[in-house]
Amino acid sequence: MAKITVVTSGKGGVGKTTSAAAIGAGLAMRGKKTVVIDFDVGLRNLDVIMGCERRVVFDFINVIQGEARLKQALIADRRLDNLSILAASQTRDKDALTTEGVEKVLDELSQEFDHIVCDSPAGIERGAHLAMYFADEAIVVTNPEVSSVRDSDRVIGLLSSKTRRAEKGEEPVKAHLLLTRYDEARVTRGEMMKIEDVEEILSIPLLGIIPESPAVLKASNVGTPVIFDEKTPAAKAYSDAVGRLLGEQLEMRVQPGERRGLFQRILGRTA
Amino acid sequence: MSMFGFFRRKPQPDGSADAAKERLSILLAHERTGRQGPDVLPIIQREIMEVILRHLKIGKDNVDIRIDRGDDFSTLEINIELPEAGGAKPKAASSAR
Ligand SMILES: Nc1ncnc2c1ncn2[C@@H]1O[C@H](COP(=O)(O)OP(=O)(O)OP(=O)(O)O)[C@@H](O)[C@H]1O
Ligand SMILES: [Mg+2]
Repeated sequence: MAKITVVTSGKGGVGKTTSAAAIGAGLAMRGKKTVVIDFDVGLRNLDVIMGCERRVVFDFINVIQGEARLKQALIADRRLDNLSILAASQTRDKDALTTEGVEKVLDELSQEFDHIVCDSPAGIERGAHLAMYFADEAIVVTNPEVSSVRDSDRVIGLLSSKTRRAEKGEEPVKAHLLLTRYDEARVTRGEMMKIEDVEEILSIPLLGIIPESPAVLKASNVGTPVIFDEKTPAAKAYSDAVGRLLGEQLEMRVQPGERRGLFQRILGRTA
Repeated sequence: MSMFGFFRRKPQPDGSADAAKERLSILLAHERTGRQGPDVLPIIQREIMEVILRHLKIGKDNVDIRIDRGDDFSTLEINIELPEAGGAKPKAASSAR
């Protein structure tokens, strides 16, 4: 049985796809057989972030509608042989995602994989709902800013009421907070909310702090999840988050943002 | 001027922006041409299946279609796993939809 983890946020553009790709790859690097599924029907992007866009033949909707077998739609990652991708449809309507269809695909994937990572679309409509519905765990991607925290709060509410676990009265979906695009210099200057503030408001355990990092853009340019760029702070932060997801006790370190030069760092320290 | 150019380029030594542009132009060229018609790959797959099934008893699972979209050309790779004598699945189970 695979563990199903949804990467969700409510708010758009906070770093869900970046995180789903990095965490999916990170799980595979640690030897877990992992599949990452794109639930963003009509606006697929996971394929470009993972760098397999040229090889998409069939997608999630093709499988749901019986036009292709799951095996045919899974795209094997070229870097890690225990990592696969299931692309979203770029052309179909969102209504093609059905609860029964999604359940069937997840059940079949569960037989073969250790981890299923669901990259949720923004919002709280059908795609986002179905991405979280069957989840065992959730990674709530949040930026340290008011609208993002508010939307995360909403999503945490939905995780505890509108999921299969909630409806069946089972153990609730385990929600983790992943703080992304964190800029320590701006926090020091009082321009950005502190980690503790966001944690206190949302009151779910912190999985990791991903710094604002130019390595993320570079990774998306070349289609390689940022976790592969191992020396970068963003990669180290994602790698730690993956370790924690697997139950490792790792000290929460704030990776320095790359943009800050030595000069700024000195200023930041003494300020 | 050349000196400014030199300094300005320095912070971007990875050249990943060029990779981004190249990937996008290939991707979008394919997406734009595909936008009008229906999803042809499921149709191609079904028709190939029909031809094969006329002659061989194989299952849907034994056909694997892979694509690699390129700049100048794309490759479509179709792998058909042929059954061993007597090892074929019943025909009914392999009707392509
Ligand atoms: N840690 C980071 N540092 C810098 N930029 C980042 C970081 N994380 C994400 N980004 C940038 O933020 C943008 C949105 O990221 P991403 O596509 O992962 O978000 P998303 O939540 O999946 O968006 P959507 O809601 O549209 O699906 C991208 O341009 C990405 O490069
Ligand atoms: Mg996304």
